[in-house]
Amino acid sequence: MWTLGPLGFAAPALLLALAALPLLWLILRAVPPAPIRRRFPGVALLLGLTDDSVQSDRTPWWLLLLRMLAVAAVIIGLAGPVLNPQAARDGTGPLLILLDGTWSDARDWPARQDRVASLLAEAGRAGRSAALVTLTDLPPDGPQFVAADALATRIPALAPQAWEPDPDALTTWAAALGGDFDSFWLSDGLARDSREALLAALERHGRVTVFQTPRQTYALRPARFDGGEVRVSAMRTPAGAPAEVQVAAIGPDPAGVERQLATATLTFAAGAAEAEAAFDLPAELRNRIARFELPGLRSAAAVTLADDGLRRREVALVMGAGTREGLALLSPLHYLREALAPTADLIDGTISDIVLANPDVIILADVATLAAGEAEAVAQWVENGGLLLRFAGPRLAASDIGRMAEDPLLPVRLRAGGRDVGGAMSWGEPKTLAPFAETSPFFGLPVPADVTIAAQVMAQPDPTLAARVIAQLDDGTPLVTRKALGEGQVVLFHTTANAEWTTLPLSGLFVAMLERLAVSTRPATPTADDLSGTIWLAEDLLDAYGTLSETDTMAGVTGERLGEVLAAGRPGADLPPGLYAGPDSRIAVNVIGAETALAPAAWPARIAVEGLAAAREMRLKGWLLGAALSLLLIDIIASLALSGRLRGPRADVATLVLLGLLALPQGVQAQEAQETRDTAEADALAIQATSTVVLAHVLTGNAQVDEVALAGLYGLSTVLYQRSSIEPGNPVGVDLERDDISLFPFLYWPVTADQPIPSRAAYAKLNRFLRGGGMILFDTRDADTAGFGAATPEGRKLQALALGLDIPPLAPMPPDHILTRAFYLLQDVPGRHAGREIWVEASAPDAEQAEGMPFRQLNDGVTPVVIGGNDWAAAWAMDARGVRLVPVGRGAAGDRQRELAFRFGVNLIMHVLTGNYKSDQVHVPALLERLGQ
Amino acid sequence: MSETRTIAAQTLRAGAEALAAPLPALLAGAEHLANTVMFGEHGRRRAGLGDTFWQYRPALPSDDVRSIDWRRSGRADSAFVQDKEWQIAQSVILWVDQSAAMGFASAPALPSKSARARTLGLATAILLLRGGERVGLTGLRLPPRRGAAHLEHLAELLSQDEAADYGSPEAQGMLPHSRALFISDYLGDIAPVEAALTRAADRGVRGALLQILDPQEEAFPFDGRTIFESMAGSLRHETLMARDLRDRYLDRLAARKDHLASLARMTGWQFHCHHTDASPTAALQWTFRALERHI
Repeated sequence: MWTLGPLGFAAPALLLALAALPLLWLILRAVPPAPIRRRFPGVALLLGLTDDSVQSDRTPWWLLLLRMLAVAAVIIGLAGPVLNPQAARDGTGPLLILLDGTWSDARDWPARQDRVASLLAEAGRAGRSAALVTLTDLPPDGPQFVAADALATRIPALAPQAWEPDPDALTTWAAALGGDFDSFWLSDGLARDSREALLAALERHGRVTVFQTPRQTYALRPARFDGGEVRVSAMRTPAGAPAEVQVAAIGPDPAGVERQLATATLTFAAGAAEAEAAFDLPAELRNRIARFELPGLRSAAAVTLADDGLRRREVALVMGAGTREGLALLSPLHYLREALAPTADLIDGTISDIVLANPDVIILADVATLAAGEAEAVAQWVENGGLLLRFAGPRLAASDIGRMAEDPLLPVRLRAGGRDVGGAMSWGEPKTLAPFAETSPFFGLPVPADVTIAAQVMAQPDPTLAARVIAQLDDGTPLVTRKALGEGQVVLFHTTANAEWTTLPLSGLFVAMLERLAVSTRPATPTADDLSGTIWLAEDLLDAYGTLSETDTMAGVTGERLGEVLAAGRPGADLPPGLYAGPDSRIAVNVIGAETALAPAAWPARIAVEGLAAAREMRLKGWLLGAALSLLLIDIIASLALSGRLRGPRADVATLVLLGLLALPQGVQAQEAQETRDTAEADALAIQATSTVVLAHVLTGNAQVDEVALAGLYGLSTVLYQRSSIEPGNPVGVDLERDDISLFPFLYWPVTADQPIPSRAAYAKLNRFLRGGGMILFDTRDADTAGFGAATPEGRKLQALALGLDIPPLAPMPPDHILTRAFYLLQDVPGRHAGREIWVEASAPDAEQAEGMPFRQLNDGVTPVVIGGNDWAAAWAMDARGVRLVPVGRGAAGDRQRELAFRFGVNLIMHVLTGNYKSDQVHVPALLERLGQ
Repeated sequence: MSETRTIAAQTLRAGAEALAAPLPALLAGAEHLANTVMFGEHGRRRAGLGDTFWQYRPALPSDDVRSIDWRRSGRADSAFVQDKEWQIAQSVILWVDQSAAMGFASAPALPSKSARARTLGLATAILLLRGGERVGLTGLRLPPRRGAAHLEHLAELLSQDEAADYGSPEAQGMLPHSRALFISDYLGDIAPVEAALTRAADRGVRGALLQILDPQEEAFPFDGRTIFESMAGSLRHETLMARDLRDRYLDRLAARKDHLASLARMTGWQFHCHHTDASPTAALQWTFRALERHI
């Protein structure tokens, strides 16, 4: 190869052809552009005219230059130029390429892949075999040396991991290495204890070259809660000039969309390796934080997940009336307060105030009965997911709550009295706790021997009792019972929350039990002991790039292993960093633990350390030939322009081709325009629908049915306008998938056999619409021949459509239904067909006929659906000039039927818009009488 | 033997049909065009020799007794004579240039000059025939006659193409004091046109010159090195810079038009230039007026 500065040429002899360029110049210059032949009758007038100048017979200099450049580019291109030609690295024999493959590599992983590719290419040129090993993902049976070219295909599959190499596995692996080979080690630049041993092992087999680029590495330590603030600290290596780094707290907003909740600035002083930032956030916001991250850094260490350790639960404490002043240690709440205050926000107050505050937990310490309204409110709150924690006490024991029947707010029935053991007036020793059963949430907690129970309330034996016991004494009597109530649960400690009956509140077990019940949250990193006996499932996993992704394919890990990892701060392949969910709580495993230290890797002086960046060899042949081609293309256009083929007759083809080339990118703009148009259309629809009352029908996709439905609603709107004070605008057809139906009071839904079933999102919209007081009139248009069975295709379709809808029980419309007298008095509800019955929401079973009234007091609301098959839209259908579009019946009877159809329509819309107003007219005589007085 | 005859008959018929194919279209187009002209003033509107009734007038002593209309006179005391409308049939001679140059059309959407010329010529003929005039072609090919069959004959002759590059009118066969209509692009040699016009003027023939040009012939939108060829290829002109020629070409074209106009003025004819991208109706109106002026 012959080099010229940074350029090398593979075939320099070809460059001699450049000498021929001046010759080419002369030849090209002499040849004028080829003429066009044109048929033109006016040539007779041209005869004898001579050209003013002869300039055009020579090719213009710039066109010549263009062609010269094209030819020169071809010649140089064929000479095989290479930018930055690489000098070959010497060495023979097998080559082992090692990558650390940790989270620290993630930031510049593509650069590492490129480096590996160039090393492999080099080895391939030298004919060396090679092996490729990632230290975080060690091949089980040692490196396999294969041809370097074959390895190149594996490069894209290499990925960094979010954990560091396991030192033990590394030692074992290094010991098993055999044979002689050179090593290239692409280091991630961080000091690690395992490096030295591995380096020594590698050096025994051959030369080691290290590739490492010094750079700044940032890592976030786990956030912690301290004095009402969340504190996040970060470290860096190497510590150098002062720096400011943003840290963001990220979590779901109230709508469930993940966004930055707060940011803070970490200020590293000059030479400081650590910096700390504090987030002072309201509890509501703080509890939503899912993770902290350093924005813009693609590394798992730049993310630290927040778990329940950061969450502060709101716990409401309520105790029985009649506090004994001054005796703080005897207060039922004293120990609870002490146990919970560091980790939870406590609320005091009356039950009714507390329920309004919607805390996570309500603790009732020795409260026997609640007022009737309060009990209902608390039960409602529990059913919505609250945790009610009750403690027994003298008052509960003395009351007869839950004696005869199970109280909804007690997990079990209680026997009268309770029992005393080991007291002054009783035999026997105070009882101790039995080890927790496997099904209990407390399973795994060590039971201290000094916890004794001297008195308790007793559960009534019951078939359900066994399932509800979650802790018991060593004689088998239940100590803690629990039952589910709605989405929440009720837990009863059969003993007191103070030290009156038991020593439990004095022990650490009490706090641990509260924590297991998710009453309080873990104050510090849990140890293996805390977690023993539990199983944790990975919910979200962090990859090396710091991206969190949901997972549900990991096997559960035991609490012991989790505790070990948390203690050591070293996640591994079997327990990758992420969020682990256990019973009632979640624990985050972070890449960086509270104790992890970072330092730049130091290598012994005998090891050659190279930079990571390689000047890449770049072959210019393709570029030059491409340039030549585009120059020739320009030459074509220029030649066409010169010879007059771009203008005048027959230029249209050339112009079309050029325009076609220029017009290609317009697709994107068209798409954007389309989106803008969609938004504009949606806005226009919303404005139209809300400026007046607008009746709407569901677009079925069947053009004819849609047309009739629209015409029908137009006819009904016209009739409403003429006869009542409802003055609807022009009806519209709505697409359930796209349009906002909440803008309409009423939807007419003609059922066709082939219409698509709405999507899940559309069903959600429909149900919201129904719950918000909207009404849907389903019309199977089959004259009710099916009787709403599956006898007609429309009937079957209706069943399929209604499956996803939130519809109350239906019944045939009773003769005294409000629909029969909302505006007109009606007996029948014919449409194009005079079907017998329509179905509406069933009236309350206890509806009674009031004395002297022709109808019953029926349901109070608007029926959300009306189902019939009389094809009303066809009977209502009318065009803009008032011409009826569909014939109904025959002669006068037909006219009558159509009139009744219109009356039904008026009643229906009246019912939609005024609700049970007409039903309330029952009371008019009474009201008038009162007004008279 | 009979086979050969059958084949010959088939060939003849196929050729005849191919030849006749444009005819209905031409006729239909011309009829369509002619229908746009309303007859208003072409009748003589005075009593004279003719077939149609004009008016009754009281008989004068000078009137022949034979001429008294007894049916009318029987309803009155005095005698009446039936006057006929004065009708004289005029002869109109058509010359439509059918040379190769007329076959030029610059764009597929535009009709060729000859198509436009034929349509206009035939439409004029239809109008004239409807007005009762006799229409014929120059050069003794088709003497002036009247009637529907004559029209078809006329259309057939108008559909023939000539191989020559540029056409020239023949002055033969023009009846004295008849009318003539020459349609051409007049881009070729002007001398035969001059001669024909002079000769026509000598015989008292008046008429109209209609020049039909393609828009490209007016615009000359050419550029670069170009070889121009006439339609049949007999003339060619090469230029290196077609754009430079444009002004001089346009000057020559204007001069040609001026020359034609002055020629027409001298001989008492009318001259009009029509472009194929313009509406043919306007040209037909002009032609019809120009011919009517002297009838």
